[in-house]
Amino acid sequence: MQGIVADWSSDQRAFKNVPWGKAMMWIFLLSDTFIFSSFLISYMTVRMSATEPWPNPSEVFALTLFGEKIPLILIAIMTFILISSSGTMAMAVKFGYEKNRKMTFILLLITAAFGATFVGMQAFEWTKLIVEEGVRPWGNPMGAAQFGSSFFMITGFHGTHVSIGVIFLIIVAIKVLRGDLDHERPGFLTGRKGKYEIVEIMGLYWHFVDLVWVFIFAVFYLW
Amino acid sequence: MAHAEGQQHPVAHAGGQQHSIAHAEGQQHPIGIYLKIWALLFVLSTASYLVDYFHFQGYLRWFLIIVFMLLKAGLIVAVFMHMMWERLALLYAILVPTLLLMVLLGIGALEADYTFFTRSVFFVKGLF
Repeated sequence: MQGIVADWSSDQRAFKNVPWGKAMMWIFLLSDTFIFSSFLISYMTVRMSATEPWPNPSEVFALTLFGEKIPLILIAIMTFILISSSGTMAMAVKFGYEKNRKMTFILLLITAAFGATFVGMQAFEWTKLIVEEGVRPWGNPMGAAQFGSSFFMITGFHGTHVSIGVIFLIIVAIKVLRGDLDHERPGFLTGRKGKYEIVEIMGLYWHFVDLVWVFIFAVFYLW
Repeated sequence: MAHAEGQQHPVAHAGGQQHSIAHAEGQQHPIGIYLKIWALLFVLSTASYLVDYFHFQGYLRWFLIIVFMLLKAGLIVAVFMHMMWERLALLYAILVPTLLLMVLLGIGALEADYTFFTRSVFFVKGLF
């Protein structure tokens, strides 16, 4: 506790040993946490107050594979893909600080590929829901009308985050491959020197996207 | 609490010291810990999927979902996002505001209960 008070009351910087970019990313992620929490809590509110029965996600998101109907299988695969991308991202950060350009580049690219796969599967899921099941933001044939609006809002916002993440992963991967970070070349729209910190900062964002999915998976799909 | 003072993983110290000061601010940890957490997240995800697959219902279902969710979230934040190695000043700055959301959660639940009650009274025929 004394350490915290000392840090916060000290000169110049409160977050010792934390690069400013990383501290700013954490603060951005905190604000993003509040956005996603608002969505999830309003979802809870409309679900609790709905007088019509809530559609059963286990059945809505079931897929028929090899002639058998498996509940929620697509969502489970998407979960594993996103977790795997988090694993490769964590390793990319590690190899980045070791200045291992090749491994960092490869792992960042694998992470981006996993992310793109995730978005692709989400597009498939949306198409199936809209075209085959007839789910709309204002209603659906299965039950409470609020199901559609909650679903499209929450997963749409999350999918947007993943898509933006994929774009930035590719940008960071290219910077790593070109050696921008080794030679401390200034980045896009900034005069500051490029450092391997940006891989970790990118990683924070990416892990956060995975983190949000953990909550969406639990409270929207499993509940 | 002790690890909050030392910024780097003990193993990383040997290799980290000859680098520049800016480099010492980075987070370096052995690859094994990431692989272990990755495997653990797979196990937890499988477990939470099985909750649905075996059709657990009621309080058991909700309890298991919440437990697996919090475990996964904790592992991601603590290890993948390196929070367990950060100083407490940053940790509290990020985690304490998050707890405020519990208030919003409570208010949302109260409001939802009331809305459900009034809807039941005025819109649903034959309930009251």
